[in-house]
Amino acid sequence: MTKLKTTESREKFQAFLDLAFKLTTRFFAFAVLALLAGIIIELFIGAMPSIKAFGWKFFTSTDWNPVEVKFGSVIQVYGTLVTSLIALLIGIPVSFGIALYLTELSPKWLKRPLGIAIELLAGIPSIIYGMWGLFVFAPHLADHFQPWLIDHLGPIPGIGMLFQGAPMGIGMLTAGIILGIMIIPFIASVMRDVFEIVPPTLKESAYAVGCTTWEVVWNVVLPYTKIGVVGGIMLGLGRALGETMAVTFVIGNAQNFSFSLLDPGSSIASTLANEFNEAFGDVYTSALIELGLIMFVITFIVLALSKLLLFQLGKREGEKT
Amino acid sequence: MNLYRKRRLINGLNLTLSMVAMAFGLFWLGWILWTLIDKGLTSISLDVFTKMTPAPGSSGGLLNAMAGSIAMTLAGVVIGTPVGVLAGTYLAEYGQKGWLAPATRFINDILLSAPSIVIGLFVYEVYVASTHHFSGWAGAFALALIVIPVVVRTTENMLKLVPNGLREAAAALGAPQWKVIVLVTLRASKAGIVTGILLALSRISGETAPLLFTALNNSFWNANMNAPMANLPVVIFQFAMSPYDDWHKLAWAGALLITFGVLGLNILTRLVFRSKTTLH
Repeated sequence: MTKLKTTESREKFQAFLDLAFKLTTRFFAFAVLALLAGIIIELFIGAMPSIKAFGWKFFTSTDWNPVEVKFGSVIQVYGTLVTSLIALLIGIPVSFGIALYLTELSPKWLKRPLGIAIELLAGIPSIIYGMWGLFVFAPHLADHFQPWLIDHLGPIPGIGMLFQGAPMGIGMLTAGIILGIMIIPFIASVMRDVFEIVPPTLKESAYAVGCTTWEVVWNVVLPYTKIGVVGGIMLGLGRALGETMAVTFVIGNAQNFSFSLLDPGSSIASTLANEFNEAFGDVYTSALIELGLIMFVITFIVLALSKLLLFQLGKREGEKT
Repeated sequence: MNLYRKRRLINGLNLTLSMVAMAFGLFWLGWILWTLIDKGLTSISLDVFTKMTPAPGSSGGLLNAMAGSIAMTLAGVVIGTPVGVLAGTYLAEYGQKGWLAPATRFINDILLSAPSIVIGLFVYEVYVASTHHFSGWAGAFALALIVIPVVVRTTENMLKLVPNGLREAAAALGAPQWKVIVLVTLRASKAGIVTGILLALSRISGETAPLLFTALNNSFWNANMNAPMANLPVVIFQFAMSPYDDWHKLAWAGALLITFGVLGLNILTRLVFRSKTTLH
């Protein structure tokens, strides 16, 4: 009788532990969710004085004047978007080439080392990209590449507007190029992963009817994986939008508006990195926090889209097998 | 015939371009590493490891910055890991139904790529602004917030690789679920979880942005986590942006140390554990 009782109480105890363990893990899973909500709420509270002071004008004004306490986000948002766009223009074709090489062309023994080498590009801390960009890469650009751009593209009406000014090395173009290098590993690794899920039979049938490797990739692999490819590009964009240190070093940190890619500008992240600790007064600090909020919301949307697209591809994959 | 040749030509051209793209990627890696070796090796001396960060014009090293970096990264990993492992466990073991697991998984993947400077702003707002001073702890918390999503992701992936047969076998012997998880599945995926922690470590070792508004910097030796704390990335940032040559040299030395430390850790984890986790 007593024996039976102890097993019973032991079972109860274990059931209690089970519940306790489950609730603990559940609590921490919830904490991750709460963290995101916390970030958004906290930034919103921090941005409140600025939102009250400037309202919607914050999005349309090119002012950035701490002395007169007038702030707008156009310069920084423009800088962020332009640098990210340049990054995508470089990152997408290169990443596609790399993924194509790794999945279709590379000899088997080279696949892994080359894959790791490309992923190491993502491992290099962004501050190193910045330092290298400022001391090594920007002078090169100023000496060789930018004078050519100014001479040849500058006079063209329309896009010539983007290539005006002096070849200083630093500026939005340099920041964009470095961002492009930085996002290559992220886009390339997603592309490689999605290219590898294409069923071999699909590719083999295309080869069997006489397609060349390129035709297989362009007409079979790419259409099959396009959702995933777009997802990878969005991921790279999300990375580029929020990148801070590399951009801070090379963008020039000028708070005035200019269309030219060769002029120094500033992005949201670089403005935060440069000015936040020196900001004086509530409105200044809070305008910076509002910038941070804008950036976070944009990257959140971009990354969420990226996740949804990749998830869709995965789901389609799941239904087939 | 004409069409045939055209197709071959396009094929050849595009495949060559793909090789060029590969070379293009490797070229930057090589150039950056070469710059670091070239400029860093000449700047490294014993002083770098034994002296404090100097005033411009005097000699010095990076000792306080290295100590601060190590203290904050370790604290960040120690704070972040348990949270990450437990949350990851929930996702893998209890996450089959309900709304919480999919939502957390989704948000976690976004946090994984979220701009780290925003994490710095957040910690500034909730911690630094309320304690009214920058501190090593604030830096460690910011780093911990970056560790968490990495560990959540790897833990979940690793636990999902454990065959269900193991869980069922343990359950069939009468083990309660928490014992199955702690003593069987978590133990079986120990190596994978360690990989995740190491990857998180290498990720935060070079992080600068979240430390700018939290740990700030300190020119002196400081073992007090409640005071502003020197750390390699921020010192590199300050020194590199300064106009002084000897500060530049120290910045290159620090850059070399940090990059090869991070890349070494990266390669080591890949070679030792050969994990199948992808982190993006």
